Amino acid sequence: MSARKPYVRPMGGWWRRNPFFMRYMVREASAVFLAVYAVILLAGVYRLSQGAAAYEAWLAALRNPLAIVFHGIALLAVAYHAYTWWKVMPKTLPMLHVGGRRIPEITLSAVGWAAWLAASLIVYALVRGL
Amino acid sequence: MKRANEPVFWSLFGAGGVVSALLGPVLILITGIVVPTGTGMPPEAMAYPRVLALAQSWCGKAALLAVISLFLWHAVHRIYHSLHDLGIHAGAGAAAVCYGFALVATLATAYLLIIIGF
Repeated sequence: MSARKPYVRPMGGWWRRNPFFMRYMVREASAVFLAVYAVILLAGVYRLSQGAAAYEAWLAALRNPLAIVFHGIALLAVAYHAYTWWKVMPKTLPMLHVGGRRIPEITLSAVGWAAWLAASLIVYALVRGL
Repeated sequence: MKRANEPVFWSLFGAGGVVSALLGPVLILITGIVVPTGTGMPPEAMAYPRVLALAQSWCGKAALLAVISLFLWHAVHRIYHSLHDLGIHAGAGAAAVCYGFALVATLATAYLLIIIGF
């Protein structure tokens, strides 16, 4: 008896054939940058727990040109994730009505994008020291 | 009937998605570009005493734990489900690695924030 060899349709490169799938995969890939960034922050908390010298070494590592290039790419990737997150957000909500009319999806997305902008400005101001 | 664990992971994915969609870009901009290059912000913005004070406050601890752990729960959920898109037939082992990583990182962050003190 030979083992069954079920046919598995090859999937190599399927997402490169269509711009919609490309954008989907770019969005999914943003998760890798988000994960690496979270690990960098976790390393920062670890170095902080070791004292001033260790924390300064972590800050110095962030000044490495490669680190800055990584953060530049990560910024673009996570910003694209944020853009798409609020873009599809209306589809995850129940239909909302005001005055008997359904609120258009673009209005709900705009609220999300505005919240993103407001949160970004508040955090920037707080870290900068107002 | 065995209860599905997907709602738990999806909730963490959703929470991480919201937090990263609100704060991800600005945090990367500040800690990864603005402060290291010394543009747009005084270098004291991330100086040791200031960041230590943040990590020693209850609010700061909650914020750091929420950001680090939810970013990771969000990211590993996406990565795990993307394995299928790449033609990798991910099983229980891949799920254990992905979600296990987020769990260990969450516990490690919480532990570090406790030993940093108050």
